[in-house]
Amino acid sequence: MSDSTTVANGALAEAGDSHHGEHPSYQRHHFETVDQQFDATNFAMWIFLLTEIMFFGGLFTAYLIMRNWYYQAFVVASHQLSIFWGTANTAVLIASSFTMAMGVWSAEMKRRKSLVLYLCLTLLFGFTFLGIKGIEWHEKWEKHHIPGQHYSVQSFINPQSDPEVYNEYHDAALAPDMAQKTEEYFFLYFAMTGMHALHMVIGVGILIFMIFRAKAGAYTTGHVTMVENFGLYWHFVDIIWIYLFALLYLISRH
Amino acid sequence: MSAGTIVSLPDQSTARIPKMNFITRENGLLSWLLTGDHKRIATLYLISITFFFFIGGALAGLIRLELLTPQTSLMAADTYNKVFTMHGIIMIFFFLVPSVPATLGNFLMPMMIGAKDLALPKVNLLSWYLYIIGGCMGIYVMATGGVDTGWTFTTPLSTHYVNTHVISTALAAFVAGFSSVFTGLNFIVTIHKMRCPGMTWFRLPLFVWSNYAASILMVLGTPVLAITLVLIILERTVGIGVFDPAKGGDPILFQHLFWFYSHPAVYIMILPGMGVISEVVSTFSRKRVFGYTAVAFSSVAIAVFGFFVWAHHMFIMGISNYAALIFSLLTMLVAVPSAIKIFNWAFTLYKGSITFETPMLYAFGFMGLFTIGGLTGVFLGTTGTDIHLTETYFIVAHFHFVMVGGMLMAFLSGMHFWWPKWTGRMYPEKISQFAAVVTFIGFNFTFFPQFILGMLGMPRRYAAYPPEFQALNVFSTAGASILGVGYLLPIIYLTWSLKYGAVAGNNPWQATGLEWQTQSPPLTENFTEIPIMDHEAYDYEWLEKQQEKEVASVG
Repeated sequence: MSDSTTVANGALAEAGDSHHGEHPSYQRHHFETVDQQFDATNFAMWIFLLTEIMFFGGLFTAYLIMRNWYYQAFVVASHQLSIFWGTANTAVLIASSFTMAMGVWSAEMKRRKSLVLYLCLTLLFGFTFLGIKGIEWHEKWEKHHIPGQHYSVQSFINPQSDPEVYNEYHDAALAPDMAQKTEEYFFLYFAMTGMHALHMVIGVGILIFMIFRAKAGAYTTGHVTMVENFGLYWHFVDIIWIYLFALLYLISRH
Repeated sequence: MSAGTIVSLPDQSTARIPKMNFITRENGLLSWLLTGDHKRIATLYLISITFFFFIGGALAGLIRLELLTPQTSLMAADTYNKVFTMHGIIMIFFFLVPSVPATLGNFLMPMMIGAKDLALPKVNLLSWYLYIIGGCMGIYVMATGGVDTGWTFTTPLSTHYVNTHVISTALAAFVAGFSSVFTGLNFIVTIHKMRCPGMTWFRLPLFVWSNYAASILMVLGTPVLAITLVLIILERTVGIGVFDPAKGGDPILFQHLFWFYSHPAVYIMILPGMGVISEVVSTFSRKRVFGYTAVAFSSVAIAVFGFFVWAHHMFIMGISNYAALIFSLLTMLVAVPSAIKIFNWAFTLYKGSITFETPMLYAFGFMGLFTIGGLTGVFLGTTGTDIHLTETYFIVAHFHFVMVGGMLMAFLSGMHFWWPKWTGRMYPEKISQFAAVVTFIGFNFTFFPQFILGMLGMPRRYAAYPPEFQALNVFSTAGASILGVGYLLPIIYLTWSLKYGAVAGNNPWQATGLEWQTQSPPLTENFTEIPIMDHEAYDYEWLEKQQEKEVASVG
C-alpha cells in the first residue's frame, strides 16, 4: 500500500538501480514496467468479464429451458413487453457504448475536456436507460404482471380484456395451466433485467466517481487503465442487454 | 526415521532471523489490515481459516459424539441437522476452498514465479475482507439458530419447507464465493503476466500449475453458484418460482446449476493440495518430479474434465438414463489424470534418496488416503453401485478420504514444509512426525468404518440409527478423538516454534524453488533483485553448483 522505497534500500543502492527515478508515478511498485501493469490489469478485467458471463449464464440456462417447456406462454407473455421502449433502450445503450468508446479515445489522446464530456454523455444515456426501464416495470406493476401474490393471468386467459396488446397481436387465449406459466416468464424477465439493471446502477456509480476524477485530470496523464477497463465493463453490460432484448422481446419474431 | 535427513540449518549460535522482513517491515494493526503484501494477506488468511477449521472441527466432534449411541441421546434430531449442515458449510466454504490457495498459494505464488507480489494486491486484500464478511455472516447464522438444509441448499427443502436462516447462509456463501473468484482471478493474471525472465510455462513449479488449474475452476464455476444462490434467495423472499414445481419451475434445474459449481469445487479443493505434494515429494526424494509435463497437464485435464461430470451427483434424482450413462463415463475419465499424478509421484520416489521429515510423512498419508478416496469414487461413479451406495455413509467416507485424508494432509504437509520460509523458524521435528502419524491412524479409525457402514446401508444425515451399526460407529467416534489430538498438536507446537524454533536459514530443505533462494522470512518485495530463471524446475544439480559457488566466494 505505501511506497516501497524504504525496503532493502541498501540492496537497491548497491545494485545501482538507475531506473528508480524514471518510473511514472502511477506505476505500482510490484510491476517491472508500465506495459506489464497495463497488460495485467487489462487481462484481469477480461477474466472478470468471463466470470460475469458465467454469472448471467445460469439465468440464460434457466431461461432457455423454461422457454422450451412453456413456449406458448413465453410468446404470449413477451407480447406484453413494449417493442418500442425495448428498441429505444437498445438504441440508448448502443449510443452510450459509442460515447464510452470516444471517452477511452479521449483519455488516450489526453484530451481532458472531451473525456469529461463523453463520460457525462455516457452517464446521461445510462440514466435514460434506467428511466425507460423504470417506465416499463411500472407498466407491469399496473397490469399485475409482477410475479407474486398479486400476479394476474387475466391478460392471457381472456386476451380481449387487454385491448392494447390484443389489437396488435390477436393472441388466442391460453389454457389456464399454460397461462399460469406466464408467471415463470415474468420471474425470469425481472430476474434478468433486474440483474442487468443492477450492473447498470453499479456502472453509473463508477461513472460518477470517474467524472470527478477525470475533471481533476487523473486519466489524461497517459494512465488510461481505469477508463479503458471501465469501458470494457460498460460494453459488456451493453452486450448482455442485446441478448436480453433478443430473448425477452423478440421471441415470436423472425 | 533416523535414516538421515536433508535438513541443513545454519549454525544456531550465530544465526539470526533477518531483521528486515515482511513481518517486521511495519508495525501496528492497521499496517496488517490495510496491507497489499501477499505474504501478510496469506498470514491473515491462515489465522482466519484456522479459526474456522476449529469451529468446523468442533461441530464434527459433536456429530461423532451424537452418533456414539443409536438413539438421539446428545441432541434432538433438529439440532443434529443444523450441526452437520454448519459443519459442511464452514468446512467447505470457509476452510477447504480457501485452505491451500489463499494461504500457501497466496504466500508462495509470487515468489515461485519470481515476482514481487500478486498482480492485483488490492483485489487480494478485498478477497480477504469478503472472506471475513462471509465468515462473520456464517458465525451470525450459527449464533442465531443455524440452518438445516445440508450444505447443498437442496430445493424445495431450502425454499419451502424449513424455517431456518437459509437466506443469511446463502448470502454468506455468495460473499465467500466472490472472495474465491478474486483469488482465482488474481492467480491467473499473476501467472500469465508476472513471471520473471526465463520462467517459461514448463519451468513453473507444479504447485503453480495446479493452482492455475484450480483458479480456472474458481473463476468459471463460482459465479454459477452465485446466481443459483441469488435465485434461492429470491425464491424465499419474493416467491420467484424458477425452482418451484408448483409454479412450473424445476428443482432438478437447481441441482444442475448447483453441482455445476459444486463438483468443480471439489477439484478447487484438491488440486492445490496435489501441487503441495508434488513439491514435497520432489524435495524429499531429491529428484525432479517424474513426468513433469504429464503432471502439469493432468492438473489442467482434471480442471477441464471437472466441468463435465457434475450430474454424477444426480443419478438417483431422475435424470435420463442416457445422461447418467454419459456422465458416468466422463466421471471415470477423471480417474485417469488423478492416477497419472499418483503414479508419477510413485516413480519420483523410485531410486530417490528419500528422507522422512514431517512434510513427507503427510505426503505419504495423502498418497495412500487419496488413492482410496479416489478409487471409491469410481464405485460411486458407476451408476449401478451408486444407486446402492449414494446417500449412505459410503459417500461420507469417500469424500472425507479425499477432502480430509487428501486435502487436509496436503495442507498440513505444505504448512510444515513452508513453515520455515514463512516464519524463519523450524517446527520441532520429532513431535511433528508423531502428530503426522497420529493423524494418519486417527483418520483411518474414523473414516474406514464408515465405508463398511455405508455398504451395510446406514444412511447419512440421521441422528439415530439401528443398534446393529453401533460397534462401527463407536470405532469411528474413537478414531475421531485420536484425529482431534492429531490436529491440536500442530497448533500447539507451531505456535511454540514461533519463539523457540531453531533458526531455519534460507533453504533448510535444500529445495530448488525460487522461494527458497531468498531469505526467511522473505522481504516485503521477496527478492533484492528480480531473479532470472536459468534452469529447469527441480534441478538439484543446479542447486549444488549454486551452493559450491557460494562456498567458493565466501571462502
